[in-house]
Amino acid sequence: MSNTEAPDPQATRMITYRQALNETLRAELSRDDKVILIGEEIGVFEGSYKITAGLLDEFGPERVLDAPIAEEGFVGAAIGAAMIDMRPVVEIMTINFSLIAIDQIVNHAAKMRSMFGGQVSVPMVIRMPGGGGQQLAATHSQNLEVWYAHIPGLKVLAPSTPADAKALLAAAIRDDDPVIFLENLSLYSAKGEVPDGEQVAEIGKAAVVKTGTDLTIVSYSRGTTTALDVAQQLQAEGLSIEVVDLRSLRPLDRDTICASVRKTGHAVIFEDDWLSYGIGAEISATIGESVFDFLDAPVRRVGAAEVPLPYAKALELAALPNAAALAKVVREVLNVSPLPVGAH
Amino acid sequence: MAAKARTRPKQVEAPGGEPADTLREYYERMSLVRAFELRSSEMYARAKIGGYCHLNLGEEATVVGLMAAIETRDYLFTGYRDHGYALLRGLSPERVMAELFGKSTGISGGRGGSMHLFDSESRLFGGYGIVGGQIPPATGVALGLTYQQKPGPDAAAVMCLLGDGTTNIGAFHESLNLAGLWHLPIVYVIVNNGLGMGTTVEKAAAEPDLYKRGASYRIPGVRVDGDDVLAVRDAAREALQQARESRQPVLLEVMCYRLRGHSVVDPARYRSAEDTTIAQDSDPVPAFRAQLIAAGVLSETDAAAIDADAEARTTAAVTFADESPEPHPDDLFKYVYATSVANAPSALPGEPVMDAL
Repeated sequence: MSNTEAPDPQATRMITYRQALNETLRAELSRDDKVILIGEEIGVFEGSYKITAGLLDEFGPERVLDAPIAEEGFVGAAIGAAMIDMRPVVEIMTINFSLIAIDQIVNHAAKMRSMFGGQVSVPMVIRMPGGGGQQLAATHSQNLEVWYAHIPGLKVLAPSTPADAKALLAAAIRDDDPVIFLENLSLYSAKGEVPDGEQVAEIGKAAVVKTGTDLTIVSYSRGTTTALDVAQQLQAEGLSIEVVDLRSLRPLDRDTICASVRKTGHAVIFEDDWLSYGIGAEISATIGESVFDFLDAPVRRVGAAEVPLPYAKALELAALPNAAALAKVVREVLNVSPLPVGAH
Repeated sequence: MAAKARTRPKQVEAPGGEPADTLREYYERMSLVRAFELRSSEMYARAKIGGYCHLNLGEEATVVGLMAAIETRDYLFTGYRDHGYALLRGLSPERVMAELFGKSTGISGGRGGSMHLFDSESRLFGGYGIVGGQIPPATGVALGLTYQQKPGPDAAAVMCLLGDGTTNIGAFHESLNLAGLWHLPIVYVIVNNGLGMGTTVEKAAAEPDLYKRGASYRIPGVRVDGDDVLAVRDAAREALQQARESRQPVLLEVMCYRLRGHSVVDPARYRSAEDTTIAQDSDPVPAFRAQLIAAGVLSETDAAAIDADAEARTTAAVTFADESPEPHPDDLFKYVYATSVANAPSALPGEPVMDAL
């Protein structure tokens, strides 16, 4: 036997979401010299959330480009670089700051290929974290995913696990269209098993991350981890909950959602954004239009209170959707009472 | 008044030192742009062209001068007043007119229209309808070029055109800062026709000497007479040379007049009689024509033949556009994504969002 063995295709490691992103960026920079990183504080400072740690040292300032505070300028510059065959991966420090660049994202990156009759494409990724719960107050805690998920020409991904963070980021970088890659501040330190070696996910597919027969919870990003916790908790009460992790918000895998609801007859959507016109509204409409006859109860949504998120912890907690609210709504939809305290 | 400052004596002197063939060619191009734009206006009035339609009328010397300076390997970005640039980038009047008509034979298959002319082959990189939207991507192409080539006389550069009103938007300043900071091979050309829609430069810009606006970014500024085709060409060549050989971005301000309203439908009532008179008096097309006749480069008969040829080419373009087929609705979703992925939406209005399970 040789001393050099092929990597075990089944091998996994327990790493954080942050580490999965960092390793994927490193692997993609190594694989393709057209890949460049652009963003504020991603080089010397190693990223506001340390996603790009070590990459400046390894790949140099040409490949890991520190940009001044000019989101419209550097996001637009990444678009231009992508138009001539570079593959820029932009970090916007948080999704909140992407509003400064929204003309470039929505009016330009998303439109160019179609508007110019397929003569050019814009292979770029815009990574940005969102989410509340860090006491960052109203302007720094938003979940603006529907702003981008609404736009034809964009692809919008929102991984919930370190493994998906790896495989979806690799897919995003190799995709020839502008991809909005949504991370979540509360997931960066979350750990999970991540397969070794190259992993490239299929964009546009949701995943059934827990099977069940009584009710479907549909969620994405941070929400999926809460949904799984609630599903486990309700298992003890004899409820069999299926959890669908969207992974891709645009395109939306309506088939997987509806197949699950057809089986369970009940659906609750758990979302971090505000309810009105949100992700849940779209999913609820899809279920109503496509599998209405299979529903045994109205579809319900659990999302954020519609208020600019306050700083004070007590108010922040009151505004954000949580496991207790989700469990309550699941029981209401299934018309069951919670177990009395101490019953198990 | 600003208008007075823009007045100057009519050019009568011979354009010394230029080969007669070159001068003749420049007049042919000016005449073609003039004829094409007048015809576009007519086709808009006849509802053959829809949407917004902005013309280069009065800016022909600027268009010809800039396009004489740019090399085929260079990338060109423009705003929405882009017809003349597309023609002089080498695109046939037929395919440009077909794009304005929204026909399948248009340069983008009719998907972009007047404001968004694009041709990857000739590196006409758009045609942008959002004021200032072209400036960050143009800057990004210049950034991309720094990965793909060394500076030198054979290197490519970017020319990014923008209007005077565009110098007030943030994208302009953010982009110039990046270009100055990263030493990018790009020339920003302000086509200053004195009016952002109906607002004068003086009412819109705290520093109305727009070429000075590069100073904050250590980008040298140059101002040139946009009615002087040779001066425009030479200034643009010099700027492009600095960009391609030294990666020194340049801000070039070209002073010209818009002969008509902001767009085809604008009667420009806000314009003073004096300003209108100056614009008409300085119209570069008859001026250059007269100059070449006076210098003996063209006879009156030659000039008339050139004008007739431009008319004929424009007429042929209209015929081609008129007879071309409409794009087919089956192709509606064809170019939304470059990489096809699962579950991409493809429902027409009234169709279910997904097939029955």
